[in-house]
Amino acid sequence: MAGDALVVEGLTKVFNKNLVAVDHVNFTVKEEEIFGFLGPNGAGKTTAINMFTTLLKPTEGSAKVAGYDIEKQENKVRSIVGLVPQDLTADEDLTGMENMILQAKMYHVPMSVAKQRIEEVFSLLELADAANRKVETYSGGMRKRLELAEGLIHYPKVLFLDEPTLGLDVQTRLVMWDYIRKLRNEQKITIFLTTHYMEEADALCDRIAIIDHGKIIALGTPHELKESLGGDIVEISLASDQDDITEALASLPDVKEVKYISNHYRIKVERGEETLPKVIEKILQMKKIISRVSLTEPTLDHVYLEYTGRTIRETEASREEAFKMSRYLRRVRQ
Amino acid sequence: MIDEITALTTREIKKWLKNPFLLFMMIIQPVMWLGLFGKAFNLTGLVNIDASKLPPYITQQQISQMINDTFNSIFGTTDYFTFMSAGMLSVIVLFTAMFSGMSIVWDRRFGFLNKVLVAPIRRASYILAKVSSSVLRALFQSLLIFSIAFAFGLKPGDAFGPLDMLGAFSALFLLSLGLSSLFVALTVRIKSHEAVMAVANLLNLPLMFTSSAIFPIKQMPDWLQAVAQWNPISYSSDAVRKFILHSQAGLDITQLSIDFQFLIAFAAVFTIIGIVLANKGLRKG
Repeated sequence: MAGDALVVEGLTKVFNKNLVAVDHVNFTVKEEEIFGFLGPNGAGKTTAINMFTTLLKPTEGSAKVAGYDIEKQENKVRSIVGLVPQDLTADEDLTGMENMILQAKMYHVPMSVAKQRIEEVFSLLELADAANRKVETYSGGMRKRLELAEGLIHYPKVLFLDEPTLGLDVQTRLVMWDYIRKLRNEQKITIFLTTHYMEEADALCDRIAIIDHGKIIALGTPHELKESLGGDIVEISLASDQDDITEALASLPDVKEVKYISNHYRIKVERGEETLPKVIEKILQMKKIISRVSLTEPTLDHVYLEYTGRTIRETEASREEAFKMSRYLRRVRQ
Repeated sequence: MIDEITALTTREIKKWLKNPFLLFMMIIQPVMWLGLFGKAFNLTGLVNIDASKLPPYITQQQISQMINDTFNSIFGTTDYFTFMSAGMLSVIVLFTAMFSGMSIVWDRRFGFLNKVLVAPIRRASYILAKVSSSVLRALFQSLLIFSIAFAFGLKPGDAFGPLDMLGAFSALFLLSLGLSSLFVALTVRIKSHEAVMAVANLLNLPLMFTSSAIFPIKQMPDWLQAVAQWNPISYSSDAVRKFILHSQAGLDITQLSIDFQFLIAFAAVFTIIGIVLANKGLRKG
């Protein structure tokens, strides 16, 4: 179908016959969209990406990337998809340029085209000066950018970014965001990214899917997801020894829910900025003394915690994964 | 597909050339092998006989003749160092091949393998690149050890020429192709480098000592001879030795053709096994 970069239907992956990593997932990513996959560790984000990029075969269901079936048209999918994996995969013994040329050859990009493309992506990602240095000498941010550059060599239609800013410092992260936006705006690439940074999803993504235990539990624009929490939170504390006014407050228009805990009211309202004055007015009319007021608009953090709960996920990692992660963090923080 | 293999082989060779320490070790290692192994096993020296203790009716010349005859019948030459150096070329090929599988484990760990797997290239290209880079390394190293052996006193036959050199290296090429494919195939699914080391160490000594690389098959017990007859290193050692010792008497074409038939079959079978396993077993790890 024209206009859809990724169509996923009933996609399921079961490991070792009983571990369901991705559980009958359905969604669609539009062309030139930045789509975010959000979820706790072990929620199935990477497994899903691995299926979309043909690294893993689904147990059940199907997915189409730019119209190509990930199982039946593996090679087609591989040639139009770019993957920037979580790990740093560039060969450290080679220079940035050599890595890029190797990548170009693996994607059958003719040398003349590749030369031009490398120049283009290197200037976009500001790597031109380091092109002929061994990757060993690169900083963490440069390594991440090189990974991104490698994923772009063959003009992919859809780019998969697995945790693109994991472990980077705040400045480098902001720069990466700019690059990702540029890729969508200037290169017209559809971008599918996973992250567990809420502010990243909020700042970058047009739409977000929250995935947990292999299932998509919420999907929408960041704004829609925040709205879905049922509005803003007004918190009001009254001076001590006062009666419970829960009912009076709950009867106000636009107030959805009031919780009372010893002189402290937690009120869910719609359009908080306009409703708050009315709440205060009501309380004053009842001759109560207010000691403290606050208004909180929900962030994606609230959305995320609302949907996934607060329990910390203990995922079992193999020795190999632990090795990869420690190597990754060491390199990326250079 | 050729492009894919060339690109990936170039990567391997570049990695290898950019590591001066490895290059240095590679040059030092054969020197140690030849110097320590070859010269310490001075079998020719073991049978030096003090002439003054001989009965008067036996001349020194007769004794030397006897010893030389014995050596010639066992080793095909009077000089054990020459015999062993020729075999050592095959052993070096074995050592190089053993580690060809190791780099797959590292590629898997560093995520490079995944990058290869998401690219629209054939899995076999990756495997064949590993094999061909290992073959190139092995041949380079053999050439090196041959030159060093020459400097240390290897005595080629009186009719030895460039064609014999080519013949010897064809045998080494086939051996290297087969062994590299074998070790690469073994490591397609192995995830830890310790396991690869264990497998390599397990196979290393038996493969070396059940062959005619450092000791002639004829002198082995029957059961060991039976094993040695299936060891490709025996065949390549024999072929290389025949070429190096090429004398005016001519080459033993019958035995050489048996050697080559075996080596060609060995190389073909394991290369195919390697490719099949790559297509089936090379997965994300």
